[in-house]
Amino acid sequence: MTEMVYGTVPVKGGEPILPKWWRTVDKWSLSCILMLFGTGILLGFAASVPLAERNGLATFHYVQRQVVFGGAALVAMALVSMLSPIVVRRLAVLGFLVSFVALALLPFFGTDFGKGAVRWYSLGFASLQPSEFLKPMFVIASAWLMAAGQQLGGPPGRLYSFFLMVAIVLMLAMQPDFGQASLVLFGWGVMWFVGGAPMLLLLGLAGLVVLAGMVAYNNSQHFARRIDGFLNPEVDPTTQLGYATNAIQEGGFFGVGVGEGQVKWSLPDAHTDFIIAVAAEEYGLILVLAIIALYTTIVVRSFFRLMRERDPFIRLAGTGLAATFGVQAMINMGVAVRLLPAKGMTLPFVSYGGSSLIAGGLAVGMLLAFTRVRPQGEIGDILRGRLR
Amino acid sequence: MIRTPLRPLARVLDARQKGENPDAIERENLRIRHEQMRDRMRLRAEGRLLVLAIMFFGAFSVIGARMGMLSASEPTEPRAAATGASIIASRADITDRQGRVLATNMSTHSLYAHPQQIYRKEQAVAALTEIFPDLDGEALLKRFKDPKRKFMWIRKKLSPEQMQAVHDIGEPGLLFGPREMRLYPNGALAAHVLGGASFGREGVHSAEVIGTAGIEKYFDEELRDPAREGAPLQLSIDLSVQAASERVLDAGMKLMNAKGAASVLMDVHTGEVISIASLPDFDPNDRPRPPTQGSPSDSPLFNRAVQGVYELGSTFKIFAAAQAMELGLVGPQTVIDTAPPFKVGGHRIGEFNNHNYGPISVEKIIVKSSNRGTGKMALAIGTQRQQDFLKSLGFFEATPLEIVEAQGGAPLLPKRWTDLSSVTISYGHGLSTSPLHLAAGYAAIANGGRVVRPTLLKQDGPQHGPRVLSEASAAASRTMLRKVVTEGTASFGEVPGYHVGGKTGTADKPKERGGGYYSDKTITTFAAIFPAHDPKYVLIVTLDEPVETSGTKPRRTAGWTAVPVAAEMIGRIAPLLGLRPQHDRGQLERIIETSQ
Repeated sequence: MTEMVYGTVPVKGGEPILPKWWRTVDKWSLSCILMLFGTGILLGFAASVPLAERNGLATFHYVQRQVVFGGAALVAMALVSMLSPIVVRRLAVLGFLVSFVALALLPFFGTDFGKGAVRWYSLGFASLQPSEFLKPMFVIASAWLMAAGQQLGGPPGRLYSFFLMVAIVLMLAMQPDFGQASLVLFGWGVMWFVGGAPMLLLLGLAGLVVLAGMVAYNNSQHFARRIDGFLNPEVDPTTQLGYATNAIQEGGFFGVGVGEGQVKWSLPDAHTDFIIAVAAEEYGLILVLAIIALYTTIVVRSFFRLMRERDPFIRLAGTGLAATFGVQAMINMGVAVRLLPAKGMTLPFVSYGGSSLIAGGLAVGMLLAFTRVRPQGEIGDILRGRLR
Repeated sequence: MIRTPLRPLARVLDARQKGENPDAIERENLRIRHEQMRDRMRLRAEGRLLVLAIMFFGAFSVIGARMGMLSASEPTEPRAAATGASIIASRADITDRQGRVLATNMSTHSLYAHPQQIYRKEQAVAALTEIFPDLDGEALLKRFKDPKRKFMWIRKKLSPEQMQAVHDIGEPGLLFGPREMRLYPNGALAAHVLGGASFGREGVHSAEVIGTAGIEKYFDEELRDPAREGAPLQLSIDLSVQAASERVLDAGMKLMNAKGAASVLMDVHTGEVISIASLPDFDPNDRPRPPTQGSPSDSPLFNRAVQGVYELGSTFKIFAAAQAMELGLVGPQTVIDTAPPFKVGGHRIGEFNNHNYGPISVEKIIVKSSNRGTGKMALAIGTQRQQDFLKSLGFFEATPLEIVEAQGGAPLLPKRWTDLSSVTISYGHGLSTSPLHLAAGYAAIANGGRVVRPTLLKQDGPQHGPRVLSEASAAASRTMLRKVVTEGTASFGEVPGYHVGGKTGTADKPKERGGGYYSDKTITTFAAIFPAHDPKYVLIVTLDEPVETSGTKPRRTAGWTAVPVAAEMIGRIAPLLGLRPQHDRGQLERIIETSQ
């Protein structure tokens, strides 16, 4: 009767958001991310003290900031991971447009903080690096374009995304920020690979990348010096790499002890690019291996979960996010152990840095959103007798 | 590939008949095809994702493994990288003929700085200038404070005391690099032979030691050759003989007020140079810089015995006599009229102090040192044959001695070899050669007529060079040389028991700017062979501008200057060479046996 008078009580379909989120989210990856964040705070206590001292701030000033930004990043991650993929896609594409414009306007409004590359917007209380946000957003936008391109009668999405990628890479290379440029390039490449790129073309692209690298080597002193430094078998002890290598050796298996490390006093980038060296020196190989295991878990689990995914957009977007996340960590650590040429690249969630933390939170949030358990139409397969 | 149409005509017609919308059929077909495509894509993506997952896992594992390896390795003191290939610092020793060390290596340290790691720069500079008084403190401080400078050398070699003193400053930015240093333990001994060494390419860990002069430079590659494995280079030099020669030569040079002196002692059979000295000399451990002014031939670096080419005067006369005898033109007792006048090409040939020896034998011509007599023999020999003979004795080109300076000792030959040239050259004017050339020439007479090439490397046996003189001519020449000492110009050259033979030579010095000769500057030479009856060695002693002042007027002839020095030298070195004195019987009888 009541229903007849007042109409039907609006009942939400499905279960409440939080229980559903908890049930479907990849709890392993989530815990890994939380642990990485914790490690970042822990290492911040060690690595950011010299920076604070240099800048005449309270000893743990940067740790506090890290906690604040990290908290914000975690909240952002949680919120984003609760969204449905379609909402994530819409917001991310909007975000992509904004950050793309921001990146394009960097040469006019940006600042280089005296580091030789215009990468930041100075906001007074904090600095903002648009490329950090652009990376995950671009992955989503590209995945959307590629997925659309896979539909019959759809737009030529791959081509569009390719042009976008080229534009971004060029802008980043002009800053110059070859690290981010290569990340964008790599993320796009992985999506293209998973999205069904022809093998022949893939090989051709690999050749092109090598060629581009050679051109960059010959035309950019900045780039050439780093490659040379890498190829030289002897480490010049006065370079960051030399200090980092020495720190890892000093640390050994169990580290020299909390707060006892020396490398953080010599390395200007101890709290960002070379934080793994600080970890290795103070806590030893144990912590380093743990950090590597955390990254590996997140990336590999995400890939395995995405293998079951039927929606091409979700699959591509998830792949791109997980790959960029993993590769960024890999490059950062690979540089410290001299497997890769020196390249300024933060360790996601561990390194200090507001932009990088929040952008990382968003990216991982989107990844978690994409790797949530969803009905994949297996029943339909079973009914149709296509059970594998 | 067979494509199924999206709008199969049969079904569309059928649907139309039933009044259904045929578009639904198309949509349905499209959906089915889409799903099939998706399934295909999904399967491919699944495989590729698996590949990605494995690649990521592998890459992370590699990083982890590399971390583990780094952690397991021992930390080393940070060192600046040595650029390029590693520098080979080892250099073989040089020894004398008995294996005594002439040049060896010593470990020492160089001092360099990392200015950025120097904390108290002013104090460091003050302490350094106290240790090294010749350092420019202000310039050093300026370089220490230059923010761009990361590295600088301060000293190439340190003594252990200096190293300790620098160490005691306690600055972490002052660092030591190990060095191999070339050491000549005998100081100035055989300085001109050894030459010297300095650092070539330098790194922090080591520096190349390269020869800069002498035999060190001549055999630089061989000495540095790692395949040599440190086998020493054995020279023909005898350390004791060299030391004795230098001592006597130095004393003689001072006694005779000469400005320079040279001596060469050579084995007449093997061509081995046993000792070769040039004064003034230098310490190869601290080789002086080449002079920037004055004549380079006055520098201590100048090797008078090898580089110095002089008109060696009457010492050449024996070559004319020997060749004339070899050609059968004369015999030792053939009488030649040496009375004036003797004019060649319009020039009057004179004698020392305007003597007139009259008609005398060839032997007497040598003993008395007659210019006219020798000149007449030269004319009889003829220009071409004289040239050939002197050329075969090596007087036409630089000596092949194994030091880089030898190339600089090329003889000065007359531009046009006229009859006058032949005559003057026969008594040692108009042809400038080094004392070493003369030694090689005399060696050919002394060893019975075979050419020898002088060498600094120890030889196993005689050289057996081409024969230029018969045994008989050589023996006759030796007899003449012996008589020069016993009854001629070199009477001070007699050393009891050693039967010295030889020929003096006194040449007026030509003026540097040309235009004749000095009347009061001479080069005196004594070319000696001993023992004269079976010569083993040839000794050349040359004094530059000597004056013997014990008499009423200054004497500048070889007989008064070079000869006594050579005699003293032979008396000192002959026992060292293992030669036994052979006294005449008459003297022996006077020995009283005390053991009766």
